Amino acid sequence: MKHFDQTNEFDVIIVGGGITGAGTARDCALRGLRVLLLERRDFATGATGRNHGLLHSGARYAVTDSESAAECIRENMILRHIASHCVEQNDGLFISLPEDDIAYQTTFVESCRKAGIDAEVIDPQEARLLEPSVNPDLIGAVRVPDGSVDPFRLTLANIIDAKQHGAVIKTYQEVSEILHEGNRVIGVRAYNHVTREMHDFYAPLTINAGGIWGHGIAAKVGIRVDMFPAKGALLIFGHRVNNVVLNRCRKPANADILVPGDTICVIGTTSSRVPFEEVDEIRVTPDEVDLLLSEGSKLAPSLAATRVLRAYAGVRPLVAADNDPSGRNISRGIVLLDHAKRDGVEGFATITGGKLMTYRLMAQWATDLACQKLGVDAKCVTMTEQLPGSRPCKPKSERKVYDMNTPKFTAAVARHGEMAAEISSKTPCDNSFVCECENVTVGEVRHALEKWHVNTLVDLRRRTRVGMGTCQGELCACRTANLLGEVSGSVEKAESELKDFLQERWKGTYPICWGDALREAEYTRWVYGSVCGMN
Amino acid sequence: MKFDTLIIGGGLAGLTCAIRLQKQGVCCAVVSTGQSALHFSSGSFDLMGYNESHEVIENPTEVVRTLSEGHPYRKLGDRFTEYACAARDLLTECGVEVKGDARKNHFRYTPMGNLRPTWLTFSELATAENVTAYPVGKILIANFAGFLDFNTNFITGVLTRNGAKCAHATIHVKAVEHLRINPTEMRAANIAKALEAEDVLSEVIRQINLYSEGYDYVVLPAVFGFKTPNVVKQLHKGIKVKILLFPTMPPSVPGVRAQTALVAAFERAGGIFMPGDTVRRAVVENGRVIEVFTENHGNEALRAKNFVLASGHFFSGGLRATISHIEEPVFGADVDYAEGRENWYNGDVNRPHNYQSFGVHTDDRFRAASQGKTIENLYVVGSALGGARSLEEGSGAGVSMLSALCVADEIMKGGTK
Repeated sequence: MKHFDQTNEFDVIIVGGGITGAGTARDCALRGLRVLLLERRDFATGATGRNHGLLHSGARYAVTDSESAAECIRENMILRHIASHCVEQNDGLFISLPEDDIAYQTTFVESCRKAGIDAEVIDPQEARLLEPSVNPDLIGAVRVPDGSVDPFRLTLANIIDAKQHGAVIKTYQEVSEILHEGNRVIGVRAYNHVTREMHDFYAPLTINAGGIWGHGIAAKVGIRVDMFPAKGALLIFGHRVNNVVLNRCRKPANADILVPGDTICVIGTTSSRVPFEEVDEIRVTPDEVDLLLSEGSKLAPSLAATRVLRAYAGVRPLVAADNDPSGRNISRGIVLLDHAKRDGVEGFATITGGKLMTYRLMAQWATDLACQKLGVDAKCVTMTEQLPGSRPCKPKSERKVYDMNTPKFTAAVARHGEMAAEISSKTPCDNSFVCECENVTVGEVRHALEKWHVNTLVDLRRRTRVGMGTCQGELCACRTANLLGEVSGSVEKAESELKDFLQERWKGTYPICWGDALREAEYTRWVYGSVCGMN
Repeated sequence: MKFDTLIIGGGLAGLTCAIRLQKQGVCCAVVSTGQSALHFSSGSFDLMGYNESHEVIENPTEVVRTLSEGHPYRKLGDRFTEYACAARDLLTECGVEVKGDARKNHFRYTPMGNLRPTWLTFSELATAENVTAYPVGKILIANFAGFLDFNTNFITGVLTRNGAKCAHATIHVKAVEHLRINPTEMRAANIAKALEAEDVLSEVIRQINLYSEGYDYVVLPAVFGFKTPNVVKQLHKGIKVKILLFPTMPPSVPGVRAQTALVAAFERAGGIFMPGDTVRRAVVENGRVIEVFTENHGNEALRAKNFVLASGHFFSGGLRATISHIEEPVFGADVDYAEGRENWYNGDVNRPHNYQSFGVHTDDRFRAASQGKTIENLYVVGSALGGARSLEEGSGAGVSMLSALCVADEIMKGGTK
């Protein structure tokens, strides 16, 4: 492994640690470029971690955007192979309800087939057997190869592989300035939020992969990228109501996808334009919650009586094309802007639009451009090269202490694939469970704290699922904070992290704070506010 | 089945009321769904710890008069101090050993190691006379291997900041190793159960003595004495340095023990305790509760002259929030709350939330109402009552016990049979 940690000169600087930035860093590193990735917060904190986690078959776009649909199904098949530890092959149903036009089904199936999506019309009775939670009143169903994908794991796997191929990854470093000489971008100036220092980094090419924030990054060199901040709100339910992805067979609309993933399921989304000033502090409104619940219950009636665990919202980085106020009709296709050609600014490119599903292709396009600009002749291998976590396990004799077959560690193996073998299980303490909802051990927490760029407890949640389960971090928040105090050597940091973690959880809870969510919230307040005296 | 008084809820409020009545010859039954706030407590009983500006209150009895009109303490009138003393006596009579005085708050350690003002604390736990009186000198913080609900690092941080020199030790005993097989088992209560065995305890004492030589104090998690306080006494006898027992994260071993002791005292006095049962519905006619029906008793009605609602707040099911409104699920009693769920909470988790002071509407004798009309024989005690800022002011246990004692007196006054 090569190390460029000490240098401030690179071939490519990638701005943004979402899935697009992570994928681009990996592709560039695999092709031998010296890569620096800068992320202002943690990985996957923007739109990457704030969507359904749907492994689109492309069927959703088949009628309205055949290009996106074809891209989706190709990438879907690739991700099943290269990122198997992030993917659940659940399949999907597009159902027609009595109020839907059944004639649309024919158009839908034809469009799917044209895009190369295997769409099979099945009998409503078969659909009810395949997915017992489905609205029993359905009048039609089409089966497609949808699935679920864990965006946090997917991003982390790309980051880990990029690092293994020499990329330098820096989180909590925010680009404050794009450095340029005349019309040529020569690097960036970044503010380190942890050390509160400024650093300059240089590269002949800077790739803007900032998602919706890419608008502001481009603006730093006076380039205008017209983006359309489209907010989408979603709800997480306390358990897995469905095992097959449920969609409505109609033109894409609000709250018409229900995706199972891990122990939960997610309904979404809404779509509404928000001002740029609000993209950092997106809130889910009571009206959005009501809409998601009423529409979601049409897909699976039992949702109406299922506990809602959390509400969240993301902002899609759509590229504006027309004046549609909802953003539904704007292309979700990939946009790669070579600003030398477009704006006469050398050494700067923007990769945006697209979707979680097509991140690998976006990365490939961006890396192709980088190679062309830098005069590097290297082929893209990311369509076949498996990500860490999705590679075959080593034979037993070569494994370390960790026994991957112990039932206790199946959760860790499911999360991290063969990387779980690096998690320590030597002492009784290592094997103690921190998070009982998600079966996370002390060993896994320590490993993440030490190896996976964890600065905060909220980062840790994205790496390990600590606190993502039904109790939403009731006791495990304190346990992990205590461990963070030990690993970081700073109790003050652990205390403030615990407070931030609880606030972060609350942000997702208060929009849905009734029923059992309110009970749980009250209990958490008692434990931390009263018993622990954290007021 | 017929009783003089039927109490719904077997937590601190319900049991206090039940014990007080039963000891005066009133035939009581308590229907208890499950665990109560005592199981999750810190090991202390708070009466009134902070004023509105979040300053520590020295003497709780002096501030009662300044509380806002709707506060349950206001309904006690000038009997606040009297009830506070009676509450302490009741605990002592039931075998729950506590220290503290309603006229002067002392300070309890939180599981994070900080000091907070409180009224009564289980005798075995470490306390301090004032908010800065942390122990100094060489302190050993000892914990059981793999027990994560004892916050050794946070405690170390606080004690070190306050001038102590801290070190850690890990206790390894075979008897708790098996708890790790099941992920939910490595909890305070289960460790306490394992420590009931004499040979296990003596091994623990041996290890602590070995590690703590030369220290001024040893800080241990309060996981000793699941059934009786005897284990704590043996611990004190066996360990050479001064012991400071600090509370763990829930469950609270001394809290569980107190709950058990209160139930036992109630049953000794002749009361009927129905654990694991839940009141599902009630028949109310002409402004009086006639009977209630429970989960376990099916169609067999439970009748009484008086009913006491001690079913707790949202967490225990005393109040229920639907997506649009808040209700009291058994009697449909009137609830004081704000309309519109965006008015229930604050976006900042550490700020007070309106939902915390929602509660069943009562008259000045703690009687509930339905659609504005008083239900003559339905009294409300404990956290089901609205009007207190129990979390911010530190008044949860006090409201529970004092309202329960006051209602017991009301029932006695009105004739009990």
